[in-house]
Amino acid sequence: MTENLKATILSNLWAEMGGKMVGFAGYNMPVQFKEGVVKEHLWTRENAGLFDVSHMGPCYIHLKDKGDLSPEESHIKIAKILEQVLPCDIQGLKIGQIRYTTLLNDDGGVIDDLMVARDASGSLYVVVNAGGKEEDFAIFDSVGAGELVVERLDMNGLIALQGPKAKEVIKTVTADAANLNFMNFAHFESDFGALIIARSGYTGEDGFEILVLADNGVKLCEFLLANSDVKPIGLGARDSLRLEAGLCLYGHDLDQTISPIEADLKWTIQKCRRERGDFNGSARILNELANKPKRLRVGIEFLDKAPAREGVEIHSKDGRKIGVITSGGFGPSLGAPIAMGYVETEFAAIGTEIDLIVRGTPRPAKIGALPYVPHNYYKPA
Amino acid sequence: MTVKFTQEHEWIKIEGDVASFGITAYAAEQLGDVVYVELPEVGKTIKTGDAVAVVESVKAASDVYAPVSGEVVEANDELSASPEKVSEDAEGAGWFAKIKLSDASELDGLMDEAAYKAFLESL
Repeated sequence: MTENLKATILSNLWAEMGGKMVGFAGYNMPVQFKEGVVKEHLWTRENAGLFDVSHMGPCYIHLKDKGDLSPEESHIKIAKILEQVLPCDIQGLKIGQIRYTTLLNDDGGVIDDLMVARDASGSLYVVVNAGGKEEDFAIFDSVGAGELVVERLDMNGLIALQGPKAKEVIKTVTADAANLNFMNFAHFESDFGALIIARSGYTGEDGFEILVLADNGVKLCEFLLANSDVKPIGLGARDSLRLEAGLCLYGHDLDQTISPIEADLKWTIQKCRRERGDFNGSARILNELANKPKRLRVGIEFLDKAPAREGVEIHSKDGRKIGVITSGGFGPSLGAPIAMGYVETEFAAIGTEIDLIVRGTPRPAKIGALPYVPHNYYKPA
Repeated sequence: MTVKFTQEHEWIKIEGDVASFGITAYAAEQLGDVVYVELPEVGKTIKTGDAVAVVESVKAASDVYAPVSGEVVEANDELSASPEKVSEDAEGAGWFAKIKLSDASELDGLMDEAAYKAFLESL
């Protein structure tokens, strides 16, 4: 273990369980357990996987001076401030509703991708990525101009329980959480103290993300892992699961030069926000919506078994570089390589023939559809 | 028949003037699930230390270096269809290729099994 890595409240538990620990975003995290990435991945698709995501940045965003504002009024006030930098419809969130969105710079480039949710109290519950959380919190402070308070919650435990059996497992913690709709969250009392449970995740499966107080995190994980349907899953399978699900990983598929339109995330910008156009970088983003962006995020359909990793060049059939792979590897559920990347928009149509330049050799491939594995999110009967 | 090892975690099994080689069980364990193997072409002349093969696990792609100089006389084509053999049986069915040695004296510089074990313990 490298000297200056931070520990999550669960790092010791994973090390004791045989996790292969590595540094990730400054934290000591398990990249895999004894069974390895492929088995952990398949287990999550068929049963329930438990992931430590405590390195991420959950927080509340409160109004500094609520005065005699109602929760509704408080929500609208916070939403209006943050909508300057987050292009999703925050004002329109229902209580408990979560939206996936992007934090934008002045040029419409993505500083981070994150979840924003409306708490009944009138505050927002927000979860940002680990790598940029200090910068993100500073931006929330800065755009808040003294009116907002960011209450960090990242000293606690944040775990994800993902997979088709997650619903049955969560009932053993608190029965009511199984009734949450997809992309909704609520507060629960349990044997493990107060919990915030969201029906969300980043694997493409049904599942839950649970914020647990620092003192109760290990006990909750031990309880969940005592269930024979649950196994601990490392970062390796987390990455292959999200890539099969066609989901972006910040720092790879998203960065400060890429707009949400280029990233094929226009669905994250609701119609009312496009009409108002009142957010950072809106000139570029509205232009890209109207006239198509220069490049687009696409999936790759492989025609042979050689994986194409991040950085592999994508060439047109006449040998010109038209893009690059931003995430690539092997999809255990497919038993085949998977990748996504960016290409010039004219080459982005599904079925377009391309070459991937793997170790100097052009390998024929096509632009393919995302996700590779259909999403299996919860839909109420 | 003699088996030798390199510091790059390859094994080499010498039978007469032909040697088969692959990656060690230790290397396979470190790589994790192997999903793709790119083998050298039969007939190719290779020098010790050349990157002659690529092994890709779920996690990463790694070069495999020629443990000795010579000519590639056979490649384990079964690995194209079943790369997992490298994970399951790295020092047996997971062999990569066979090399006709051009300089048998190169073998003297390689480790025997006891030396390789000691090398692993020193890591």
